[in-house]
Amino acid sequence: MGLKIIKAGIQDTIQDMGRYGHQHLGINPTGAMDKYAMQVANILVGNKVDEAVIEMHFPASVFMFTQPALIALGGADFSASINGEPIPNYHAIIVGKNDVLQFHKPINGSRAYLAVNGGFVLNKWMNSYSTHLKAKAGGFNGRTFQKDDELLFRRLFSSSNKQNDFIVLPWQVDTKCLPDKLAGNNDQKEIFVLQGNEWERLTAESKENFLMTSFVITNQSDRMGYRLNNIPLPVMSNEEIISSAVSFGTVQLLPDGKLIILMADHQTTGGYPRIAHVISAHHSKLAQMKAGDKIYFKLTDQQTAEELFIKQQQHLLQLQNACTFRLEEYFKDEPGTKKIFRDE
Amino acid sequence: MNNQGFPYRIFPLGDSAITIEYGNCIDEAINKEVIARFKQLQQNPLPGMIEVVPAYSSYTVYYDLKILKNKIQSHKTVFDWMRQQLENRLQQPVQQDQTEERLVNIPVCYDEEFAMDIQHFAIEKIISVEEVIRIHTSKKYKVYMLGFLPGFAYMGEVDEKISMPRKPQPVNIAAGSVGIAGKQTGIYPLASPGGWQIIGRTPIKLFDEEKEEPTLLNAGDVVQFFAISKDEFEKIIKKKMQDH
Repeated sequence: MGLKIIKAGIQDTIQDMGRYGHQHLGINPTGAMDKYAMQVANILVGNKVDEAVIEMHFPASVFMFTQPALIALGGADFSASINGEPIPNYHAIIVGKNDVLQFHKPINGSRAYLAVNGGFVLNKWMNSYSTHLKAKAGGFNGRTFQKDDELLFRRLFSSSNKQNDFIVLPWQVDTKCLPDKLAGNNDQKEIFVLQGNEWERLTAESKENFLMTSFVITNQSDRMGYRLNNIPLPVMSNEEIISSAVSFGTVQLLPDGKLIILMADHQTTGGYPRIAHVISAHHSKLAQMKAGDKIYFKLTDQQTAEELFIKQQQHLLQLQNACTFRLEEYFKDEPGTKKIFRDE
Repeated sequence: MNNQGFPYRIFPLGDSAITIEYGNCIDEAINKEVIARFKQLQQNPLPGMIEVVPAYSSYTVYYDLKILKNKIQSHKTVFDWMRQQLENRLQQPVQQDQTEERLVNIPVCYDEEFAMDIQHFAIEKIISVEEVIRIHTSKKYKVYMLGFLPGFAYMGEVDEKISMPRKPQPVNIAAGSVGIAGKQTGIYPLASPGGWQIIGRTPIKLFDEEKEEPTLLNAGDVVQFFAISKDEFEKIIKKKMQDH
């Protein structure tokens, strides 16, 4: 038993940290768009940070739990409710059998994550749970959720909770510290980039335009990449580029002069000029943006990029320590549940 | 310069990957070097390395910033350290693959039903459809790299007489479709939008997610296409379904 899809969302899939080690076969990593939010959701329920979670877009699925569970939501705020009562993001929540989880309205962000203590009963494909939609493999039958799908939980969660209601556990993540909130205004964000190998192909004017103007994310944007609406950026040379590796965050210049930022489902290789690369520490921020939002690119250096990423990782570690402590405290009188937060 | 004598450049691909590039070119000798370096790194990985992605004339090493940043005190950045490691490797000779190249024979049905662009292609090149087929099957192609889609092999080089640029706009392409783009030829392992000129289709699977080695082709393989009729195409498909 686990959870059942009462109504399917637009694109809800199983994702984890991504499928690495097979890009030389053309198998792209996929994985969660906002890996930070995904990890925080796992931490809140006492999972390993890389446990598989459900990634949701709005409108998201309606879920019914067929057994009690310890869950958490992270990432986008889609104004979630359980049995019609609003529940907060970034809290651990105990739900009971037949509780219904649904999402009403996108408040902010683009991708929400649902983590369940212990994770789901799924088979790994090439060492990862992430759904590869193109290969129709990984995740849940290699596809998005459909009505009446049922996902099983790997762990039976039992709590002496005799109330018939769900319980929101009394601590929360300080959301002001989350990477997608740090940049102030939600629909207008500063995104740090490193120069790409073909940066020097841009004319001086193009470089200036790249760094001084804003770029609107168009509605031709999905898990593969975000197309930007920009004034064309002329280049000095149109010499064809032989295909080579591209990555999450690579900013490519298309032949029509428009930009595309490659996201989680990007191809392994490409042949368009790589103008820039969004730094890893800003991937989460970017992943929560949506069509119509504005991006300002800012050049940074390798050292800053590395340090910002490490700072995020340290924050995750602190969160993990704090949450494990809280969970153990909360469940200390329940012998059955006590050890579940440390055994992995 | 490395021992093979190919000049190279090293540059970052964002903050978690680094590329070694031997020029912007398609060259068999350089590609051999790339594949040899790729195999050597796979067998003997660098600390913190996640994976290596070989391409035509470059390979890219992905690394784990989190693990390495804690370990490395000697360099200002993980990138600098990684560059140093790779430079050191490049000073050492690499074992070129002495085993014979694997030859893979691939049946292709060039019937118009499966070859949406072959008529137009022949007219454009001022040759007959038969001639396109004859030329396409007349030589062995080298698999330079895999990319774009799971199991998509970039092969080359086709004869100038059947070389043709990509279409300006991608269209929907069926799995198994055999195409040409410039001097490259390739097979779409999965249905996908794509811009290559489609001249035929193979009934065999290029990508099988259920297999431990899911791709039929690997970089370094050699491919020989041979023409089959529509009947033979359908027979192979039928047999495949029975075996399943």
